[in-house]
Amino acid sequence: MSPEITASLDNNAEANHTSKGICQDCTTAAGEPASGPLPEAATRNACKLCAPLGAAMVYKGIRGCLPFLHGSQGCATYIRRYMISHFREPVDIASSSFSEDDAIYGGARNFKVGIDNVVQQYQPEMIGVATTCLSETIGDHMIGMIKSYQDNCGPDGAPLVHVSTPAYTGTHSDGFFATILAVIKHFVKPEATEQQEKQINVLPSMMSCADLRHLRELCGLYGLDCTLLPDYEATLEGGSWDAYHRISPGGTPIDEIADMGSASATLELGHTQATAKESGGSYLEKHCGVCRHSLAWPLGIRLSDQFFTSLSQISGQKMPAVLSDERARLVDAYVDAHKYVAGKTAVVFGEPDLVIALAAFLSEIGIRPVVCATGSKIKKWEQVLASEIEGGIADVEAIAGADHARLAESARRVTPDFLIGSSKGYPIARELGIPLIRTGFPIHDRIGSQRQLVVGYRGTQQMFDRVVNTILETKQNDSGTGYSYL
Amino acid sequence: MPDSTKTLPKEISPVSSVNGTDIGVLTDRTEQVWTKGSGKEFSCDKKSTAGSVTQRACAFCGSRVVLYPIADALHVVHGPIGCAVYNWDIRGSLSSGPQLHRNSFSTDLAEKEVIFGGEKKLKESLIELIQYYKPKAAFVYSTCIVGLIGDDVEAICRSVKKETGIDCLPVDSPGFKGTKKSGYQAACEAAYKLVGTASTDGISKHSINLLGEFNIAGEAWMIRRYFERIGVQVVSTITGDGRVDDLRRCHGASLNLVQCSGSMTHLSHLLEKDHGIPMKRVSFFGFEDTARALYETAEHFGDPEMMRKAEELVREEIGKYVPEIKKYKKQLKGKKAALYVGGAFKAFSLVLALRALGMKTVLAGTQTGNVEDYNQLREICDPGTVIVDDSNPLELAKFVLEKDVDLFIGGVKERPIAYKLGVAFCDHNHERKIPLAGFEGMMHFADEVAKSVLSPVWKFAPRRNRAAGSLMTNA
Repeated sequence: MSPEITASLDNNAEANHTSKGICQDCTTAAGEPASGPLPEAATRNACKLCAPLGAAMVYKGIRGCLPFLHGSQGCATYIRRYMISHFREPVDIASSSFSEDDAIYGGARNFKVGIDNVVQQYQPEMIGVATTCLSETIGDHMIGMIKSYQDNCGPDGAPLVHVSTPAYTGTHSDGFFATILAVIKHFVKPEATEQQEKQINVLPSMMSCADLRHLRELCGLYGLDCTLLPDYEATLEGGSWDAYHRISPGGTPIDEIADMGSASATLELGHTQATAKESGGSYLEKHCGVCRHSLAWPLGIRLSDQFFTSLSQISGQKMPAVLSDERARLVDAYVDAHKYVAGKTAVVFGEPDLVIALAAFLSEIGIRPVVCATGSKIKKWEQVLASEIEGGIADVEAIAGADHARLAESARRVTPDFLIGSSKGYPIARELGIPLIRTGFPIHDRIGSQRQLVVGYRGTQQMFDRVVNTILETKQNDSGTGYSYL
Repeated sequence: MPDSTKTLPKEISPVSSVNGTDIGVLTDRTEQVWTKGSGKEFSCDKKSTAGSVTQRACAFCGSRVVLYPIADALHVVHGPIGCAVYNWDIRGSLSSGPQLHRNSFSTDLAEKEVIFGGEKKLKESLIELIQYYKPKAAFVYSTCIVGLIGDDVEAICRSVKKETGIDCLPVDSPGFKGTKKSGYQAACEAAYKLVGTASTDGISKHSINLLGEFNIAGEAWMIRRYFERIGVQVVSTITGDGRVDDLRRCHGASLNLVQCSGSMTHLSHLLEKDHGIPMKRVSFFGFEDTARALYETAEHFGDPEMMRKAEELVREEIGKYVPEIKKYKKQLKGKKAALYVGGAFKAFSLVLALRALGMKTVLAGTQTGNVEDYNQLREICDPGTVIVDDSNPLELAKFVLEKDVDLFIGGVKERPIAYKLGVAFCDHNHERKIPLAGFEGMMHFADEVAKSVLSPVWKFAPRRNRAAGSLMTNA
């Protein structure tokens, strides 16, 4: 932008009126501080997204798969825009585009037309169907609709997988895991098959593309071949194209999914899956006899150690030197920087498993995660969190089912040194004048979130450096002297 | 075309790598894709084809975006969480005062409320929020679920008004009610309930309302100043930096200028029917259209002094920017552009604005255009231009490839189509943070276009430079 233009924008008196530090969720319409009892019935600035988004993300991680939301078209459009803004990749999600008549008489006709059109346009290898609030509430009989469609297509038609994801029963995180389970149930025959010793399944949480790539690499270092479900590392972070792709290249091939029952183990990442009634990992264990390792996000030394211990057990190999070296350097870095972070406090928010792992990591380096919040309402989440935070939870406020207004109230009370979570924490960070370390989903105000590595010793190292440098930068900026040597 | 399989690892085989001509248009949509000079039938204004992957959103989204800029009102989304959360503070529409509209309030219905009804939660939510935030009015948006479970939102709104004294306005916007356009209509109906409820004292006879101007990055402020300079009072900029009290008295204005015709024509028809206020469709994108809007307004009021001021303003403003625009034109001349936007009026302006930069529009489309809109669009476009209605990513990619465009103008959902194919992009949607309206906006527009089209990065994109991919192929 030319200098004159910038100047005229800056001189715009009204533009400056949107002042820095306004408290978005506690200011009245007249611009006064809001007063009186805090509103509790409504959700104010949710700290969660809806279940079909989680479903779409899993479906995007399967090769040749096109996600299809059965309901009004707005659901697909909103979710597309949200994911595109985070990943900066094409995210095509089809919809059955309900009209008023469909809402009254059922969406079977639109479903069929919609699937036909998806097949005609995209020639998919699979269609990932997820329901929405609308189709669930009118009680569309999905299984029947899918069966009759597939019967018509015969065996050569693209398989239609279905997951039930009304937003009123859970969050995007629940939708994500429910879809992993649905895909496994659809393709994996519930029978014990001969186990391939070097083959394992990895079921990740909602991690970055870089994390997924690293998980595969780590398994490889132990001589293990992994089926990652979902695997959106390439579909949601691909190269520049020289021709168009109807469906982004990459993703878990369906035949690999079908073989998951013959793996020697399943690593299921994320605490919430350990206590879930049923999960992809528990299904494979129960029906195919695949040994399930319920693990945390491998973030921080302790939780990464657990992950690598599982890989050692499964492969029978000791930790490869490249990893023990990484671990040694990480320990060394922890020591080098421990005084910079000692006694600092953080407010942590996001997906339930990510929050637990971040809290575990921060507490193991000497930072107190004084407020830990997730939008999900998950049974025993607080207990799991308590068990993972070093030094106990007595000084920690754990909020399940949180929204950002609730989170902001706690943050104002504790005035932490920094916030850590998605870009949606920015208004609070700005108001309090503290840094926001961006991680999780969504990140709509920075580039590169898909490349942000968080898992393993390497990911921990990167996260550690970011945390320490953020603290150093704040200290430097706040100093009256402005030392260039810290 | 070189064999792209060579550049990809085995496991990522290009299952669906295609050239433009390989992509077909859905049978159900052939009449919505048209080439100027083809003589073929064209149809539009239809509901989206299921499975097409429309770029349109739903009725709820339409309502929410239109009313969003009313900054001192409470906006409560009645339904499960998704509908509210995806539009939390993502739009570039600015307020000069209150920021209440930037919050996302939802009744966040859970399963038990879907079964037993959400009225109690809605009422509780509204009363608590009104007491805490003291809004000037409250808009209550019905989503798909509310349309189904039969909550009597109107009754709740009446009873909350009785208890709090604050006007609560139901917005009948379940997503399945139609496309964004039906939502616009519902928003207009809701907003109109406030019109006529305050005094019109002090409103000049030379006064206007600006409708469908969303104050993205302060555009409405810019336009308001133009009108003030020529002696026209702006009573209300309803949908940009909007205020409830302005809405209440906007029936006192003498003329309605409607910019985003798709969203606000209904409100202006209501104002015309009940209050006799005539309307004009205008646009403030590009020198030509901005000047025309000012001249037409001056002409409407029949005031020679106003016309003189308008001419002076146009001369002065254009004079300021012409030398720069000439520089841009030199650099951009002959480049080909594709545009896919929400409303038709924006499309017309963009065709002209691109022409002013020496560029040619080879693909033009809108989400919500009607027959008259497309007739006009066809008229101003060059022969051979492809025109699409309610298009989808594959069609857009097809024509980007076939027409070999240099620039795509659209919103966030269109951006990756352009970027993946090594094509420049200009965001002209409501998430943007750069003002593109008015005379000054034309400069920003030229700058935005030039920054992308002339960027040095394209030489690395394989589609723009075969050599860029050859390193990998040879390896």
